[in-house]
Amino acid sequence: MRKTWWKIIGVALVFYTLIAGLLMDAPRLAILNETIRAMHFHVPMWFGMVIMLTASVIFSIRYLRTGNQKFDIYAIELVNTSILFGILGLATGMIWANYTWGAPWSSDPKQNASAIGMLIYFAYILLRNSITDPQQKAKIGAVYNIFAYATLIPLLFILPRLTDSLHPGNGGNPGFNAYELDGRLRMVFYPAVIGWTLLGVWLTELRIRLSFIKSKIDEED
Amino acid sequence: MKKIKYFLVLTLLTMSLGLYAQKTEIVEEDYENDRIEMADTMRSEGKIYVLVAIIVTLFVGFTIYAVMTEQKVKKIEKSLKERE
Repeated sequence: MRKTWWKIIGVALVFYTLIAGLLMDAPRLAILNETIRAMHFHVPMWFGMVIMLTASVIFSIRYLRTGNQKFDIYAIELVNTSILFGILGLATGMIWANYTWGAPWSSDPKQNASAIGMLIYFAYILLRNSITDPQQKAKIGAVYNIFAYATLIPLLFILPRLTDSLHPGNGGNPGFNAYELDGRLRMVFYPAVIGWTLLGVWLTELRIRLSFIKSKIDEED
Repeated sequence: MKKIKYFLVLTLLTMSLGLYAQKTEIVEEDYENDRIEMADTMRSEGKIYVLVAIIVTLFVGFTIYAVMTEQKVKKIEKSLKERE
């Protein structure tokens, strides 16, 4: 993971989406107008978050199976970056919602669900910090992480679809058409998802290395 | 056991199909209409490039700083290894 090529790809992809996201042709849609471009920046936060949380759960499971402390550090740092992405996703979503749905918070099912999801992960950090024994901290943290993920996925992807939601692709709200992304939008959107995720992994990697340094210093003391 | 697993996956997949919501497709007309107001003046005046330049400059700055931070971490790792 210490290679540089994937970091360069991540930077290049985000670089490309910053330019293309603002300059490329965008569909002229009612209500959304020019803000359709926010999709290339707001949605990748959530995609990146879910991708990194998935990786985190895999590392938590590997930690429980092997007992290797390394995997636990991977898991916690991935969650930390995911929380950053989630907060940015909520914040950007609120700005976008203010100008398209009329209010920053309209208690849209997906908004509420993602806020609950964030709270679940805040609790994960709190839970870990409240346990002093490192072994116990890692084990309970890993188990909690699996349960948190198992709650988050239905919250984000299943429950909002079962009711009326303002978010595209959820329920059948007549005031806001759910648009299917076309090829031209995908050309910017998918690179944005990959690029931002890679940047997130880069940040995570730096923090993992700092965490290793810290544990090494702690050992010597 | 394996059969049950496959059966479960298949049932869950079929059930999830029902969750797909109806979506409106974006058509060529959406790109060409004049009804919807967009920031056309700003684009025709070329001011949009100012925005792009500002955002790109910020991103480049943060990227350089991130690379420098990584170099610092590398240095500490090295000095820790040498101490051992």
